[in-house]
Amino acid sequence: MTALAHQFFADPSPVTDCAVSVLDVGKIYAEAVTALEHINVDFPRGQLTSLLGPSGCGKTTLLKIIAGLLPASSGEVFVNDRPVAGPGPERAFVFQDFALMPWANVLRNVAFGLEMRGIAKSEREQIARGYIDQVGLAGFEARYPHELSGGMRQRVGLARALAVNAEVLLMDEPFSAVDEQTRRKFQEDLLSLIAREKKTFIFVTHSIEEAVYVSDRIVLLSPRPGRIAQIIEPAIERGGDPDAIRRHPVYLDTVDAIWQSLKTYLE
Amino acid sequence: MAEHRFGVEAGPRGFRFSRAFPFQAPGKALREKRPSAAASFATHHLTLSFLSAVALCGAWEWAGLVPISPAFPTFSETMAALWSISADGSLAGAFAVTLQPLALGLVISMVLGVGLGVAMGLSPKTEWLASPIFIVAQSAPLAALIPLIVFAYGIGLTSKTIVVCIMAMPVIVLNSFAAVRHTPKSLIEMGESFLATRSKVITRIILPAASPVIFAGLRLGCASGFIGAVLGELLITPTGVGDLITYSRSIADYPTMYAAILSIMAFCVLFIEVLGRIEVTIFRPEKRASS
Repeated sequence: MTALAHQFFADPSPVTDCAVSVLDVGKIYAEAVTALEHINVDFPRGQLTSLLGPSGCGKTTLLKIIAGLLPASSGEVFVNDRPVAGPGPERAFVFQDFALMPWANVLRNVAFGLEMRGIAKSEREQIARGYIDQVGLAGFEARYPHELSGGMRQRVGLARALAVNAEVLLMDEPFSAVDEQTRRKFQEDLLSLIAREKKTFIFVTHSIEEAVYVSDRIVLLSPRPGRIAQIIEPAIERGGDPDAIRRHPVYLDTVDAIWQSLKTYLE
Repeated sequence: MAEHRFGVEAGPRGFRFSRAFPFQAPGKALREKRPSAAASFATHHLTLSFLSAVALCGAWEWAGLVPISPAFPTFSETMAALWSISADGSLAGAFAVTLQPLALGLVISMVLGVGLGVAMGLSPKTEWLASPIFIVAQSAPLAALIPLIVFAYGIGLTSKTIVVCIMAMPVIVLNSFAAVRHTPKSLIEMGESFLATRSKVITRIILPAASPVIFAGLRLGCASGFIGAVLGELLITPTGVGDLITYSRSIADYPTMYAAILSIMAFCVLFIEVLGRIEVTIFRPEKRASS
């Protein structure tokens, strides 16, 4: 960790109300590759926390452990003080590659989580329509994924995660497979979603700008083995004009300081 | 939504602006070429398929007229023979006999083959247990094995059904296995993260995702099964279409022989086409929507 980074960032404030806490989690893959080591981090309720780091730092692995999709080799994850033993109704996942069922139309894809929860067809379709409308896809209910652009597909993935009304939204590089313009729009929409939904977001990204733009807290991970390098709280006021954030001096300085810090892990 | 369902024209607005994108190569206006009515008729897929069939039949007719062999009839002679065996009922009678081992073998191969292939895809233990058999069976020289089958099961329906199964099953099993094994991992994770039980993951995600490749295996397997049915009738005892082929050859009635071969081929193509239609109708709603 560079001296510069240390000077720039204040110590993170202690988390009083955490929705998700990760206790000494480690992950070793079968080929004796240590992906994560001694991860201790709390995720504050109602805020967006990013997991940021270069490729190979295990950020997606950590997210999948929190989701209950991967077992941890050591340590434990608690969601609302209950240990995680698998996926649960209080968590919903947004996938990097959208993970939409190509044989199902938008309505069925969005209603999938509700269908698995055993909610009656008419009720789940009504709920799904509401969220399809909310992500701006009204009129596309009967379309199939291959008829949609990448950005629209991820809106379907987002609507599906919102439809199950989980407290914690886990997002695995959700905007990395869409084009730059769409990504910016998504980031702005995400800010208004956070303000509206009062959910806990855990957001994996490899983009420093994206992390600083959307996050209340950034957990910086270093690679090989994945460890927590630093926790940063960008002090940026997010009300008002979303474009103003990108010109905000704190935004620019934070991006630069994180870059200086991450640089040391490259090559 | 009805107006949205069909036709690409009603596509999402987001796609549109690329067409009106103002920056183009200087001096040359890029414009979508609108083919004339005559050109679009000439390049229509039905026209092209028809032309292909005409070319094939024409080449056949010409080759029969040369003649490349006295045992090679012209297309028109073959068609006349096809007409006469259809009219006197001998073709229908032959099909009624051939269809018994064929239908039985195909039903067994399809049900058992898909079931076994899916089980292998879902469980590595089943895979280790069953895959060597089918990998070996796939490359088995069937003609050499037929005497063994006859020794064990006689010359009746059983042996012929087994021949159909040996031909059809390996490709169905191996395709179903590969299809299930290659289900996108993120789709399975998606199912799990939205609380699908294992059985729901299988029925709602793995099987629909695997269905295109399973059906590709079914089409290939059934085509092989047809070959197996005729092979069984030629090599075990001449019955049905096999008898029609063997008998007409023995009396040098080559047009009838070719007519019999052609009819079983046509039946096979028809059957596989129906299989494809069933797949799209039942399992691939998104293909219906886009076509």
